[in-house]
Amino acid sequence: MPSASDPITVRNLTMGFGSFVLMRDLDFSIRAGEVFVIMGGSGCGKSTLLRHFLGLQEPLAGEIEFYGENFTGAAEDDRTRMLRRTGVLFQTGALWSSMTLAENVAVALQEFTDLSPTDIRDVASLKLALVGLRGFEDYYPSEISGGMQKRAGLARAMALDPDILFFDEPSAGLDPVSSTLLDRLILQLRDSLGATIVIVTHELDSIFTIGTDSIFLDVETRTMIARGNPRELRDHSEIPAVRRFLHRGRDGNEGAD
Amino acid sequence: MSTVADRTAAVTLEQRPDASVLRLAGDWHLGGAAADTAGVLAGLRSLPRGDTVRVEAGDLGAWDSALVSFLLQAADAIRAQECELDLGGVPEGLAKLLELALAVPEKRDARRADVTPPFVERVGRATVRLHDEIQGFVGFFGEIGEALGRFVTGRARYRKSDLGLIMQQVGVDALGVVALINFLVGLILAFVGAAQLRQFGAAVYVADLVGIAMVRDMAAIMTAIVMAGRSGAAFAASLGTMQSNQEIDALRTTGISPMDYLVLPRVIALFLMMPLLTLYADVLGVLGGALVGILMLDLSPTLYFQQTFDAVGLDHLFGGLFKGTVYGGLVAIAGCWRGMLSGRTAAAVGQATTSAVVTGILLIISAAGLFAVLFYALGL
Repeated sequence: MPSASDPITVRNLTMGFGSFVLMRDLDFSIRAGEVFVIMGGSGCGKSTLLRHFLGLQEPLAGEIEFYGENFTGAAEDDRTRMLRRTGVLFQTGALWSSMTLAENVAVALQEFTDLSPTDIRDVASLKLALVGLRGFEDYYPSEISGGMQKRAGLARAMALDPDILFFDEPSAGLDPVSSTLLDRLILQLRDSLGATIVIVTHELDSIFTIGTDSIFLDVETRTMIARGNPRELRDHSEIPAVRRFLHRGRDGNEGAD
Repeated sequence: MSTVADRTAAVTLEQRPDASVLRLAGDWHLGGAAADTAGVLAGLRSLPRGDTVRVEAGDLGAWDSALVSFLLQAADAIRAQECELDLGGVPEGLAKLLELALAVPEKRDARRADVTPPFVERVGRATVRLHDEIQGFVGFFGEIGEALGRFVTGRARYRKSDLGLIMQQVGVDALGVVALINFLVGLILAFVGAAQLRQFGAAVYVADLVGIAMVRDMAAIMTAIVMAGRSGAAFAASLGTMQSNQEIDALRTTGISPMDYLVLPRVIALFLMMPLLTLYADVLGVLGGALVGILMLDLSPTLYFQQTFDAVGLDHLFGGLFKGTVYGGLVAIAGCWRGMLSGRTAAAVGQATTSAVVTGILLIISAAGLFAVLFYALGL
């Protein structure tokens, strides 16, 4: 049941562009402390849903609430205030390329806190250390590897100690070791920061390792067709599309792999 | 490799009482001699409904995509007649490839219709697009006005170091090319003037011509065009790349206005640098004219510069600087506008850059025409 204290509530959301409907009747809420996975095949609108959470795209119908407060209909200033409780790791990292890693992390601190420049520098160093990038403060994004960019993006997302962290395909373009490390990092941060985590991904390993709750967006019916713990969905779901997805294209009747 | 000489590909359609038989023979190669596939396909399309078509490939030699492609068309034709296709007689590899190609039915409406709409429709669409563009530009202009308001009242969020860096990039780094171009334009004007004025023995008036033309108009226009090609393009390319790299999304979600953070410093930098560059261009243009005056027309340097100072008034100078500043603002706005509107692909960033330069130059020349009429009407 949705309650006012849920970090995110989605009510009858319909997404699309103009007259084209991508997904309709999305209706769910995300409980505090969950690692919530938004999954589905390519092109089903996972990333678009994330853009709706961030106010980068407007829904055709329905609304999104953060902690019981309406986000969709809110004024610009209120939206900024609500989004300040969130942090985002974009698919490409999206670090500001003209700034060093420390400056990237520092931007939000400069804008929204009264910390002195020395304190800001210290906090930025701490956030970078948390993601294993100690000593890389003065590197530019182009000078580090893709996996490091992802982690630096995570450090930036955590700059203001957000209550909700969004991840868009965190393991896209990473080698298996880096992506496992990133998964582990996400879990550790959830446990130590107490944040709610929302992840858009189709990476099964990640989904089963870290997901505690999920929705499945189906490209054929254009709505969510399953909800629940991804491991339970894998083992017990009766819906063919969900079984196929969670069993890597097999129908899932030949037992666990 | 087969050592046997190629046999010509052939295909025939035979009607038998129990079924139709599609008989394949010879070597099928892409680019090789083609069999009469069109005739056979026409035959298949006129089959009685419900018939069975058996493919026999007893005399078939080597084959590649040419044969698979033909069989796929044949299968479509057979399916359209609601006939059965029996692939029992073809080599296993070929049958597997066909199965793969036929496994997923063709998606309806997926093929793009490539129709050119009628002339009137195209004119209408172009007009609507132009209207949208103008509306978008005016809206962007308004947003910059708002951002400037925040800047003046000290509420705009931007990095001062960015502003300094951009000022260096658009100003100091452009000194060389601005100098070269304006020196040459001064020189060209002097040549044109010298050829005409010498006929009347009025060669010394070359100084007036070059001085007034450069200071009033040419220095501002030429410098602005250099800026459109240099800085306008750079603005569009960098903002477009940030767009495709989601950096602008990241700013928005952090709660920072990209207008304040990215557009404002660029517009202000060009706005501040343009009068300085125009003044510098004035000097270089006059020097270019002087070179011709002194070396070709044998005027003394003192006489040339005295003549220039007498001819060029402060009204010319300030008029020119004013125009240059306006052009600079237009170039910066066009560049940022195109960059912010850019799509997320590499091609879109290229398009944004191109149209930033085109829009910039278009705006400069339009404004120059407007100023010419306006200044004339005001008697300046």
